Amino acid sequence: MASNEEILAGLAEIVNEETGLAPESVEMDKSFTDDLDIDSISMMTIVVNAEEKFGVRIPDEEVKNLKTVGDAVNFIAGAQS
Amino acid sequence: MPRKVVITGLGATTPIGGDVPTMWANSLKGVSGARTIEADWVQKYELPVTFAAQATTPASEVLSRVEAKRMDPSTQFAVIASREAWRDSGIEDIDHDRLAVAFATGIGGVWTLLDAWDTLQAKGPRRVLPMTVPMLMPNGPAAAVSLDLGARAGAHTPVSACASGTEALHLGLDLIRSGKADVVMCGGAEAAIHPMPIAAFASMQALSRRNDEPELASRPYDIARNGFVMGEGAGALVIEAEEHALARGARIYGELAGTSVTADAYHITAPDPGGLGATRALKAALFDARVQASDVVHVNAHATSTPVGDKPEYVALKAALGSHLDSVAVSATKSQTGHLLGASGAVEAVMTVLAVYERTVPVTINLDNQDPEIPLDVVTSERTLPSGDIVAISNSFGFGGHNAVIAVKNV
Repeated sequence: MASNEEILAGLAEIVNEETGLAPESVEMDKSFTDDLDIDSISMMTIVVNAEEKFGVRIPDEEVKNLKTVGDAVNFIAGAQS
Repeated sequence: MPRKVVITGLGATTPIGGDVPTMWANSLKGVSGARTIEADWVQKYELPVTFAAQATTPASEVLSRVEAKRMDPSTQFAVIASREAWRDSGIEDIDHDRLAVAFATGIGGVWTLLDAWDTLQAKGPRRVLPMTVPMLMPNGPAAAVSLDLGARAGAHTPVSACASGTEALHLGLDLIRSGKADVVMCGGAEAAIHPMPIAAFASMQALSRRNDEPELASRPYDIARNGFVMGEGAGALVIEAEEHALARGARIYGELAGTSVTADAYHITAPDPGGLGATRALKAALFDARVQASDVVHVNAHATSTPVGDKPEYVALKAALGSHLDSVAVSATKSQTGHLLGASGAVEAVMTVLAVYERTVPVTINLDNQDPEIPLDVVTSERTLPSGDIVAISNSFGFGGHNAVIAVKNV
């Protein structure tokens, strides 16, 4: 099981791979759409890659609730425990 | 009189060069782009054909990682070639509502489609990427180019197998003449050097199996020709209403004077042995260009190097140009590039335009023993074109009985 810091770092890597955004710009309070300019197609790719990386399942209906990076980190942490 | 349309920008990424200057220099020298394929799938599937003419410059050297990720390889080639053509045109300020795209492909996003199928089988539906559909759709290259340039007068995808790239120019000319656009980015892209299309083309006995000597395999008009060589890449041409080009002081390569498209309605893959559909296309293109057969000095032939394909084209040229054909310099550039399928017409159009502009023609390689049934004046060493007014034509034919021809005039 990963710590929140480890999940954030892993997520930042996935976001960088998909969008080219610098990993350090992926911070807990950043909004995926408003701050990071990530569209729905990239978001789904990030979700699926995060599922594989962290060994969790993120249901489609949950994705719309993941507004910030922190929302995603907390969801993944909860799903792992 | 219809609006006069001129060519003002050229781009290409091909098996004999990753940009136009490199490709053009090589085409005059005569080099082969065919090589053994270095990929584990060749052995894995025991493919009967182990070579192809792959693009010399990987897309990853030109596009950013994130750009490339969202594009099928065919779209990557299209964007690379169209960016070069756009820079070459020198267009800076333009009404984007008057800029259109006509970008063809023969097969579309076959790598994306089959990768997604592999993923579905191995990992299930959840792992099939959400970008799969926009990457595999055949209008992907046209759509990506439209997005890249901000072309809002329409983004079109002519699909007619190996005639697609030439048909894109036919459509582009029409868009300008009919007043729907002032500038059109025309082109064709293909990236089908994948084990499945190789297996399929091999299965229909269309490919050369000269696995030991790939560089000698593509030999149009030679008595020992035994099939085509798969190529990949893209060609792109900026075509423009003459008054639009003159107003901005553009460098003009030549006039896209006429085009035509016909259908054989004879057989789904075999060319009409009498070349009737191709003859009608040739005559129609000359008529459309308001020129005579005797004005033609150069032909960039379709000439794929198949036993059955090369001769009907000769028959059609003879029917359309008559005895004047004896004084026409014919180049079969697929001897160098391999067959880029839906991109071939666009790449060959770039070469045809440059032949008119530079008054020198690309050479045909591997012509050791010319088929006596095809007595064309095939250019095998440096050849210049005459001064004065000249016309060059480029032919493309596709499975389905598609015939497409363009006629280019000097300006």
